[in-house]
Amino acid sequence: MTPLDPVTLAVLNGRLVQIADEMDATLYRSAFNPIIAEAHDACHGLYHAQTGATLVQGTSGLPIFVGAMAFAVKAVIDKVARDGDLAAGDTYLFNDPYDGGTHLNDVRLVRPLMRGGNVFAWLASVGHWLDVGGNVPGNFNAKATESFQEGFRIPPVKLIRHGVMQQDIIDILAANSRVPQSNWGDLNGQLNALDLGERRLGALLDEYGDETIHAALAALSARAEALMRANIAALPDGTYRCDDFLDNDGVTDRPLKIALDLTIAGDRMTLDFSRSAPPCDGPLNIARSTTVACCYVALKHLFTDVPANAGCLAPIDFVIPDTTLLGVSAPRPVGGYTETILRVIDTIFGAFAKAAPERANGSPFATINALSLAGWREHGKRWVMFCFFGGGLGGNPEGDGLNHGNNPISTATIPPLEILESLYPVMFTQWALRPDSGGPGKHRGGLGAIYEIEALADGATDVFLLGERGKYPPPGANGGGPAALNRFVFETDDGEAIPPLVSKVTDVKIRRGQKVRLETPGGGGFGDPATRDPERIARDVRLGYVTAEAAARDYKAES
Amino acid sequence: MSAIVGIDVGGTFTDLFRLDAEARTFTTAKVPSRRGDEAQGFLNGLAAVGGAAQGSIVHGTTVGTNTLLERRGPAIGVITTRGFRDVLEMRRRDRRRTWGLWGDFVPIADRDMRLEVAERTLSDGTIRAPVDEDAVRAAARQLIRQGAQAVAVIFINAFANAENERRALAAVRDVWPNDYVTASHEVLSEIREFERASTAAINAYLQPVVASYVAKLEAALAGQSKLHIVQSNGGIMSTATARRLPVRTALSGPAAGVVAGAALAKAAGFDNLITCDLGGTSFDVSVIANGKAAVAAQTTIEFGLVIRTPMVEITTIGAGGGSIAWVDRGGLLQVGPESAGSVPGPACYGQGNTRPTLTDAQVVLGRINAARPLGGELKSLDVEAARRAIDEHVGTPLGLAPDNAAAAIVRVADARMAGAIRLVSIERGHDPQKFVAMPFGGGGALHVGALIREIGLRCAVVPRFPGITSALGCVLADPRHDMVQTVNLMLDGLQADALATRMGAAGRQASAVITAAGIPVERTDVIYELDMHYLGQTHTVSVPLPVDADASGLSEALVRKAFESSYLASFSRLLPGLAVRIVSLRVAAIGRRPAFDFSVFRPDASASLERAKAGTRKVWFDGGWRDTSVWSRLALPAGAAIEGPAILEQPDATTVIEPGHVGRVDALGNVIVEPA
Repeated sequence: MTPLDPVTLAVLNGRLVQIADEMDATLYRSAFNPIIAEAHDACHGLYHAQTGATLVQGTSGLPIFVGAMAFAVKAVIDKVARDGDLAAGDTYLFNDPYDGGTHLNDVRLVRPLMRGGNVFAWLASVGHWLDVGGNVPGNFNAKATESFQEGFRIPPVKLIRHGVMQQDIIDILAANSRVPQSNWGDLNGQLNALDLGERRLGALLDEYGDETIHAALAALSARAEALMRANIAALPDGTYRCDDFLDNDGVTDRPLKIALDLTIAGDRMTLDFSRSAPPCDGPLNIARSTTVACCYVALKHLFTDVPANAGCLAPIDFVIPDTTLLGVSAPRPVGGYTETILRVIDTIFGAFAKAAPERANGSPFATINALSLAGWREHGKRWVMFCFFGGGLGGNPEGDGLNHGNNPISTATIPPLEILESLYPVMFTQWALRPDSGGPGKHRGGLGAIYEIEALADGATDVFLLGERGKYPPPGANGGGPAALNRFVFETDDGEAIPPLVSKVTDVKIRRGQKVRLETPGGGGFGDPATRDPERIARDVRLGYVTAEAAARDYKAES
Repeated sequence: MSAIVGIDVGGTFTDLFRLDAEARTFTTAKVPSRRGDEAQGFLNGLAAVGGAAQGSIVHGTTVGTNTLLERRGPAIGVITTRGFRDVLEMRRRDRRRTWGLWGDFVPIADRDMRLEVAERTLSDGTIRAPVDEDAVRAAARQLIRQGAQAVAVIFINAFANAENERRALAAVRDVWPNDYVTASHEVLSEIREFERASTAAINAYLQPVVASYVAKLEAALAGQSKLHIVQSNGGIMSTATARRLPVRTALSGPAAGVVAGAALAKAAGFDNLITCDLGGTSFDVSVIANGKAAVAAQTTIEFGLVIRTPMVEITTIGAGGGSIAWVDRGGLLQVGPESAGSVPGPACYGQGNTRPTLTDAQVVLGRINAARPLGGELKSLDVEAARRAIDEHVGTPLGLAPDNAAAAIVRVADARMAGAIRLVSIERGHDPQKFVAMPFGGGGALHVGALIREIGLRCAVVPRFPGITSALGCVLADPRHDMVQTVNLMLDGLQADALATRMGAAGRQASAVITAAGIPVERTDVIYELDMHYLGQTHTVSVPLPVDADASGLSEALVRKAFESSYLASFSRLLPGLAVRIVSLRVAAIGRRPAFDFSVFRPDASASLERAKAGTRKVWFDGGWRDTSVWSRLALPAGAAIEGPAILEQPDATTVIEPGHVGRVDALGNVIVEPA
């Protein structure tokens, strides 16, 4: 086969990415739960026929899935190898976090694109369903000690067999969720996306021929690898350590160390997490595939020119022992995976900041703050409001960090409070920037936020939260200071209370008229605060980003 | 005077198109724009077509867009619900780019200019706390003291019940020294607080600028002509509406171009087309299917600046004539998004840029005539400088000879343009065989051959005057007024009569705005659309209703049928058994203007092939240099057929006819380029 000319390659790259992008858009527009429709907690792509490696990924999907989906598709490939009954028109469904990364809410659909009786590539869709059973509505069970308490686990099963939907499976899914209708709508949205992807990819293959597309996919992977090698080679050889901590595991109030030794040797990089804490009792564990996926996310943020396909992982070696909380298997609980992966990403940012301090950024707020409010509607049906929240991004060489951004693992936009209020019996009483929450620095960290919510339901409103950074703040970089801690407060009949495990809440109920308030961290600062432009400090105080007291303390500014 | 003049004031040139409908004559003119003193440029332009006494003047303006992009607007204030002053700054918790965590956002109203008052409406419209009008007046006075020139009142859930906002608006007006007072429900009575707040705040930000601009123009016209403004949706509005809702002018100029494209194509016998405007830094495309331009409900002007009001959907990619070609670290040739702009411009301009641009590649390949640059400011182009730039930055890294490297640049740019067209056509289910390309501006017609080939378009229609398309669109546009109202009604058990009554009232209100605009129309059409979804979804599909202006005959069954047909057009499966909700009602009143007679563009009797023939030159096609005939486009007679390879030149554009293609001059002076 003759190699593709670079121009045709550029053309095909655009066409392929466009297919995945349009799959993303199709699901967002037809999904039922706001976590997909508004927050875009979903992802689509094309995956390698034999290995499941990522070939092409949508640009608007959730970044963390970019790394994780390859493992998910591989799980289906293994299933097909065991069963040997793959046919055109089949679609697999599963949510097993140990076999495909992330957590039980992320339901994956995987479908082969068949050409002449063989798999040309896999199409996959993943989306966060609102509720998959378990002890806690919305499934962020901060004190789960086994995955069985987090929801129901589905191994790869054939949802559609020769084009026929298996109603038995649909019925089992429906019986195991608090919100079956929402899940049914999301499932159909994901199928809409796969249908569209199948049509578009089929048309592209008809137009250019299977061999040409095959060659293009291989060339794009090689190119990603070359770019990643160039980025690594530009860093000085050496080993860079970074240790950070999770507050606790939701069960025992004891910090959990995430420790990284990042080694650069020529154009290869080793990420060694051996010094990290052992598996924990609570849901802050993650599977190896999840750890690899989040390392990929961190590196993509640092090296933005590397395209999103499996080639960029080729020059990277991972050391993730199964004796750590970063390499667990079933049935260790993993529902709080979002917090652990954010901390893993922070350690990569931290180690990078030691290798190249002038190119680093202060850490982002790096906690999801998965909040579920739930209760019963008049006719005996459950309602579950699930939302995760924003915070500040780190100060960086270019300027101050962004106020109220989303996490590095996500491009999720927050649902409008007017949408939430129209769907659930709640009323927001505050939705504001949080002063003094950004880490001080030459370039200040962006601000976190304050969200305050009042219960309007007649009966009790159950409160569940899974957050972090309540004890260990987001660090700064290159001499910048840390951001504010995460803080959660709920109202009781005896006044305001702070949960004993700080940012992890279960078994709390509030009555009509009572409130909960979440105050999120900002981003870490960049550079020595003493070098901040005094005019910027004065502006910060005028606009209320920084209080006069904090300006005096952190910047020695006169008020 | 009974003439109508269209004026498009762009960044570099002000284009005019004057039509005397009775005499069946037209005049075009192009004068330099006056940056910073657009009104003077406007008057200079009018002078070029006979002065200010014309009858009607319809204006496409970029004053609003530029004010936003360059942040040149005044200090504005926001008065909002207690607890929510940061909605505008917090956006929807997004960031600039998927990958990379740098970059911040500065809102158009500083934090200390956003004040809160006690009040609250719930999502079902219940007023939980009435507004404190004294507090509103105090806030307004404070904003005045702090220098605000305009103010927006933005309350949570005002779409569900505007009572508190209306009372606050009245209270602000008690003390506010000018008319620049916006309430969010007046601009956008729709759920989603950030999008409504952003649209309302941008409206306030633009009000002083657009109003004073319009006032200057009207003063200069001194009542000799009536002035109208083109909206982002391609309709025109009165200056009174433009002053009240300046946010609707954001895409005024480009939208007029799309209107002209639709009308030109229709007159030439094509209902399905894609307009392609190749400028210096960008390539803008929009799709017109069945004679109708695609309209988007929302546009992001730049990160965090969201406008939610119907706009002609224009997809922009960063690939224009000034886009820089470069080889990335992975060895892939890229064109754009970085641009050399018009200053310093392409390397061949000789104004200091030494990196190759798309225009440089076209010059090296002989497609652009180096001796006769467009626009008339430069005497000639430096072909050698273009060749050096390409060789150094593209040819050498890729191991290609300069000519081949230039061809590769054009091919990559063609591919990006084709991608943009695919995005709006094929990817939305439109069959390219049924579509034609219509290039605007100076550059679009250089690429039509490749676009036909790559996408499989039927042909390209190059209008007679590609460079003044937007000005022509101003003359052709219909007056239009859009309204939206969130209604939240369940389809099951719908009280269709009540909804029809509500629709009819809204329709009459929108029609009244058309009547008040005072531009002659043959009739006014009222179009109703419902935004609908399955209960539980947050996004909606827009469902056009086949009903008349009174919405008579509306029924639950009719709405359901329309919903299902729209839903299936977007998604592959219906969800039978699930409840369906009507979220919002959209009403558009459109005044239909008398048809324009495009035969005014017919080439005159003196045109002939002999007069048009302008010699030959070497032009690069398909990997080699070809002897290529060159023609003076405007001298070609109707019915002429020019076989490629050929170059058609005219003062405002160059058309390339590739080998294997033929260009035919139709009865209306268009050149139709198609496979021979």
